[in-house]
Amino acid sequence: MESFNPKLHLPILIFGVAAPFVIPGVTIQIAVLWVMVLFALTWDIMGGQMGYNSLGNILFFGSGMYISALVQISMFANVSEYTASSGAVDFTYTNSEYFWGLGWGILAAGIGSALLAASLGWTLFGLRGPYFAIGTLGIALTAGELMGTWEWVGAGGGLAMPVYPGSADGKSLMFYFMCFFAAIGTYLFCSWLYSTRFGLAINAIRDDEQKAEAMGIHTLRYKTIAWSVSAFFLGISGALFGNMTGFVEPLEVAFPVATFGIFMVAMSLLGGKGTLWGPILGAVLFHILKEFTWTYFLGWQWVALGVLIIVNVVFFQQGIMGWLMEKFPERFGIIVDKKETAK
Amino acid sequence: MWDNISILTAAPVFNIQLILDGLFIGSTFALAAYGLALVWGVMNVKNLAQGDFVIMGGYVAWWLGKQGIHPLWGLPVSIVVMFVFGWVVYVTIIRRVIDKDMFTSLLATFGLAIVLAQALNLMFGPEVQTAESDFAIRSYFDNSVTVADIKLVAFGLCGVLAVAVVLFMKNSRMGQAIRATAQDARAARVMGIDTDKVYAFTFSLNAAICGAAGALISMIWVIQPFYGIGHSIRSFVIVTAAGFGNLGGVIMAGLGLGVMEQYGGFVLGAEFQQACVVGLLVAVLIYRQLEMRRHRQVVQ
Amino acid sequence: MTDTVIEISGVSKSYGGVVANHNISLKVPSGGITGLIGPNGSGKTTLFNSIVGYHPIDEGSIKFKGEEISSYRVPQIARLGLLRTFQQTRIYSNMNCIDNMLISIPHRKLGFADMFKNRGDKETMEEVDRLLDFVGLYEKRRLISGDLSFGQQKLLEFAMALMNRPEVLLLDEPTAGINPTLINGLIDRLRRANEELGITLFVIEHNMRVIMNMAQSIYCLAHGELLAHGTPDEVQNDQRVIDAYLGAH
Repeated sequence: MESFNPKLHLPILIFGVAAPFVIPGVTIQIAVLWVMVLFALTWDIMGGQMGYNSLGNILFFGSGMYISALVQISMFANVSEYTASSGAVDFTYTNSEYFWGLGWGILAAGIGSALLAASLGWTLFGLRGPYFAIGTLGIALTAGELMGTWEWVGAGGGLAMPVYPGSADGKSLMFYFMCFFAAIGTYLFCSWLYSTRFGLAINAIRDDEQKAEAMGIHTLRYKTIAWSVSAFFLGISGALFGNMTGFVEPLEVAFPVATFGIFMVAMSLLGGKGTLWGPILGAVLFHILKEFTWTYFLGWQWVALGVLIIVNVVFFQQGIMGWLMEKFPERFGIIVDKKETAK
Repeated sequence: MWDNISILTAAPVFNIQLILDGLFIGSTFALAAYGLALVWGVMNVKNLAQGDFVIMGGYVAWWLGKQGIHPLWGLPVSIVVMFVFGWVVYVTIIRRVIDKDMFTSLLATFGLAIVLAQALNLMFGPEVQTAESDFAIRSYFDNSVTVADIKLVAFGLCGVLAVAVVLFMKNSRMGQAIRATAQDARAARVMGIDTDKVYAFTFSLNAAICGAAGALISMIWVIQPFYGIGHSIRSFVIVTAAGFGNLGGVIMAGLGLGVMEQYGGFVLGAEFQQACVVGLLVAVLIYRQLEMRRHRQVVQ
Repeated sequence: MTDTVIEISGVSKSYGGVVANHNISLKVPSGGITGLIGPNGSGKTTLFNSIVGYHPIDEGSIKFKGEEISSYRVPQIARLGLLRTFQQTRIYSNMNCIDNMLISIPHRKLGFADMFKNRGDKETMEEVDRLLDFVGLYEKRRLISGDLSFGQQKLLEFAMALMNRPEVLLLDEPTAGINPTLINGLIDRLRRANEELGITLFVIEHNMRVIMNMAQSIYCLAHGELLAHGTPDEVQNDQRVIDAYLGAH
């Protein structure tokens, strides 16, 4: 595990705490930035560290969002009445109802999504490479469509989240810090996870899964846990995001395969997959670039996103961190024996 | 759902309608899947942009139709355009990723799929389109089964194209070179076959096949910029079920998928059509896994 | 007489129409070094793959310490303590040598909580250093293993196998591609692994000098069938073996 490094961690911590007070106008955007960091980190557990490129991890974001919504609503109201009214009937929550609901909702979102990942993993982890990628992509796409036909959860019209019982500023501040802490939690967890035997095992699976099996590693167990871990944090992020937006809708908000789902992959690739800091760096860069340039692309931004992925994969596969590691290996504790290196 | 099933048992003639529609559309699925099987088998590239090639081919025919050219003439144009496009994609992207690990080609084609879908959306808008062929629609069995002539024509053309590709692979120099490269690329290289050219041709041929399938789909069904991924998944389902290098299997699986999709859409409702395809994908994958487990192996 | 650790009886395996192994029966005694020789394409690697579970066998039985393992999958068999190395060396090429060794610990002993323990405690690290020293890679321990030379990678793979503390180690051509001047050192190490660590070795080898020198008992395959069995002297002087190698039939 990385120990506390004041030069590296302190500025981030200070920025994270101070940002909503110094630049309150963009609190939500920075909150989304932390969610992006979380996305990239969780995608990289599978894609970078274990070599399983899931194209449908957004599934757990959406499942978390719906689970938390249903838990929050069902604790104090009847779900079908609530959804049928589409927000017309005023369900007012007291402070304690809202916060208890939110707490349990977030917890249930994390655990529920992790369980979903574990059960899906049982079916999908016999698959390698392209089958896994297209299988996950298909399942995520379908999840959005199926939720869109399920009346009980509001179908395509979506459902409104319980209303925050305070001021709008208070709400954005609270969710900002929740997103911030969720991202930090994910980072700390990943940092710890990669320092354990578990990290080594998933790296071994990435490098040569057949060899790992031949050495007796419980590959299925490691893969299932890795996916559940990333689903746990994604589920939490979904719960937070849903509450922050205040409205859950299947295709654009809960299962945005074509936006957030692809951003995860693009950010990790950009920053350098298979490293701890690469996805973080990628997420920050990508988010800043996106916020500043998106509107100037006049609709072509989605094409640009695809081009970014292609260029990234074809010409810059190692990503920023990987490139830095090649350039300055000694800074990263990698020892290259130049005269002995034999190909 | 049960109501719909009871319609099928009460009026068996509906089954004929569903089966016919399934076979017509399934023939185009089989065509696109054969292209995927080709690049998969020969180059070991898993093309996630397969469905977007299909849709692009469809837009070529549709656009020509709008200019007053009959979409059936759009078919050869689409084949040529997509062949050239396939060549460009090979030279710019695929050539650089082909000898890297499998994920690289997967992600590169994934990026390509996004580019194509979004570009088509910007150029032609997100509306669902059909290329009008103005052929007669005939009714059979007291008007309870209707078949558009264009569907029969398209079905026939699919067959012709499939036979043409098979003959080409069997008899031409390039076809032989492709098959040799599929067997063992290194040996082929040693024997003086320019494998780079073979790969370029194979990939372009795949794109052309997709273009043909897309042009036909635009006439007998609908196209929309974001339907590509659905077609990609269909191709994967078919190839996974049939295995590449098994043309008969691909045709059967393609037709079977078409029919099953029609039934699924009818029984469960049209909004479940994509879910049906993914459900089938998962079912096929689980079946293959169980089969491989018997062989103490994994699906890869 | 020593116990039999691997007992193969009547094993057949064919790929499509090609018979790779036909009705092979053999026994690997515990604690010794047993050789498996035969011309190219005689079915040696197929037999190894059958033992460690890479494919199902068509007929016959494979027993490891009396337990029927012919239906087990690869990791299960590996966890029983029956390990193999590959003809084409396989290591985790993006990780350094120490990490390669650390993840090769015996996984049969790992519980759930052990998965999340620190990569290597003091004891494990000492063993890693000792084994890397044993194969002569101690100086290179921090290098990314993919940057090692071919021979060094082969040694690393061997050290990883030892790290796993197997009872039986199947070695697929351990000296292939190794610099002839280093072969004696390798033979010495194989022998020491056998004697000091008590690992039973079952070795496919093309280098006759090596295998005759090392093994106590040798099986010879030809055309997928068991041709001869005996001590190195017996096998070396067996006319059928000589014919098989010279191609006379």
